[in-house]
Amino acid sequence: MTMRIVVCVKYVPDATGDRYFADDLTTDREAVDGLLSELDEYAVEQALQIAEAADDAEITVLTVGPEDAKDALRKALSMGADKALHVEDDALHGTDVLGTSLVLAKAVEHTGYDLVLCGMASTDGGMGVLPAILAERLGVPQMTLLSELAVQDGVVTGRRDGDSASEELRAVLPAVVSVTDQSGEARYPSFKGIMAAKKKPLESLDLSDVGIEEDQVGLENAWTTVLEATKRPARTAGTIVNDEGEGGKQLAAYLADGRFV
Amino acid sequence: MAEVLVYVDHVDGAVRKPTLELLALARRIGEPVAVFLGAGADTAAPTLAEYGATKVLAAEVPAFDAYLVAPKVDALQAAYEAVSPAAVLVPSSAEGKEIAARLAVRTGSGLITDAVDLEAGEEGSVATQSVFAAAFTTKSLVSRGTPVITVKPNSAAPEVAPAAGAVEQLAVTVADASKGTEVVSRTPRESTGRPELTEAAIVVSGGRGLNGRENFHLIESLADSVGAAVGASRAAVDAGWYPHANQVGQTGKSVSPQLYVAVGISGAIQHRAGMQTSKTIVAVNKDAEAPIFDLVDYGVVGDLFEVVPQLTEEISARKG
Ligand SMILES: Cc1cc2nc3c(=O)[nH]c(=O)nc-3n(C[C@H](O)[C@H](O)[C@H](O)COP(=O)(O)OP(=O)(O)OC[C@H]3O[C@@H](n4cnc5c(N)ncnc54)[C@H](O)[C@@H]3O)c2cc1C
Repeated sequence: MTMRIVVCVKYVPDATGDRYFADDLTTDREAVDGLLSELDEYAVEQALQIAEAADDAEITVLTVGPEDAKDALRKALSMGADKALHVEDDALHGTDVLGTSLVLAKAVEHTGYDLVLCGMASTDGGMGVLPAILAERLGVPQMTLLSELAVQDGVVTGRRDGDSASEELRAVLPAVVSVTDQSGEARYPSFKGIMAAKKKPLESLDLSDVGIEEDQVGLENAWTTVLEATKRPARTAGTIVNDEGEGGKQLAAYLADGRFV
Repeated sequence: MAEVLVYVDHVDGAVRKPTLELLALARRIGEPVAVFLGAGADTAAPTLAEYGATKVLAAEVPAFDAYLVAPKVDALQAAYEAVSPAAVLVPSSAEGKEIAARLAVRTGSGLITDAVDLEAGEEGSVATQSVFAAAFTTKSLVSRGTPVITVKPNSAAPEVAPAAGAVEQLAVTVADASKGTEVVSRTPRESTGRPELTEAAIVVSGGRGLNGRENFHLIESLADSVGAAVGASRAAVDAGWYPHANQVGQTGKSVSPQLYVAVGISGAIQHRAGMQTSKTIVAVNKDAEAPIFDLVDYGVVGDLFEVVPQLTEEISARKG
């Protein structure tokens, strides 16, 4: 039987550029360049490796997001995923993690899955909780923050390097897995991959297709409200000295003044 | 006054500092009720009481260790149902965030992660967060359900505020569905004897400029001279010079100490994401153009192999 792998990816503002809030205090996704969240590339990479090791597997990349989010899907397709699913609906604007996870869960169920793969966190919101929520919503095992994983005979095993211990985990599929940036470098799309991606199926769905009501999502129905967003004042320019043989002593004196020594 | 659940982070009953910070924040919005899972509740209770816990709901079942995360969610949910709290506060560790998130789904509640401050407001508790690699500060509140909020370490000072803090057993039934992810084995991280990275008042971090694992002793000696934790950039971790557990940044630990010392670190956005909220920042880097110097309160442009040993020696001399 074909193993159905669904990789959830996010289209995010480029972290190396300036990022802003829009007037309604949602993340500004228009004034800035976007791309496939780098941390999701690790999930796509692991999906590809699992599929390569399996007899028969199919990788669907899934995103919830605006029109431009297709860029993220195309990147994943060019890396080697088989098909893409885009949940896109004007009513989604401003949806928070609880709403987004609801849409993803419905979409994952809609398309069918044995293994859901996610990155460890988005590079914009950075909450890092979506995979756990998805496991909760789908009612399947949570195998999150793995730095190593393998899938064999319908069982997923992996290592989670936690705060106080390193754990070897095991779960029977279907399951939700998230991988860290320690799981292995993601491949670059080849020229062939980029060309092939253009012919791969990219299906768009709206909320009604996945069985979600408009009042379950969107800024108005978010579970949290952002009251204000203020740019952090630039740190006041510090003192910079050139080391001319006394740099260490000068720094020690500064630290002593600050009572750190 | 309304009760506020505080999820206790501990090691065999030794309460970790972030929990004491949570108790101080909880007292701003209600009466803290501690939720203690695992062994050692009786050891922890006096400390929790000293810092304001009006009671300690305790549960110890083997499933907490045998399966990942979900059994702890079952327990926190049991506490939630027993207390009907005004808010739930959880330390912002990787596991803490996952527990909080799943509880939020189950209770139909809004979730705020990585708060750095919390205050009572007219429409509910207002949480401050530092976002986009600390380029922005936001204030938010939970608009649906009970606020479930995870709070970063070093967000408040622990406050002694003696309360009753009696231990009450919490009845927990772990659902079969919560036993999906088996913990086959667990290898505790070796203790270095240094402060915990996320909790430390001072962090000294080394980057690619160290140019090899064998030179990290320079960072460790400096750290030890001021009682600091040791951090590393991803470049240093990826090169295998220092453990990943010590990585500071977007995909490592987020730290907010009184003093952050960056040595041989350029200050990439992903590194800044994990240290930019530090109170005082100093750096040693041989490149005067390195972006880290935009953040510093004090910077030395120079060769770390000259500056750092002199710094450590001078600190030791000053201590006498
Ligand atoms: C998705 C993603 C997540 C990431 N997550 C993280 C993260 O969590 N943490 C993190 O740190 N990075 C992270 N990075 C990587 C980040 O982009 C940088 O590559 C990394 O921080 C660079 O580490 P560095 O400053 O040690 O090395 P470099 O950028 O190479 O800087 C080394 C510095 O050392 C200085 N130097 C060299 N020799 C000396 C000397 N003898 N004396 C004094 N100074 C010297 C140089 O001038 C230079 O400024 C992430 C990247 C991505 C894409």
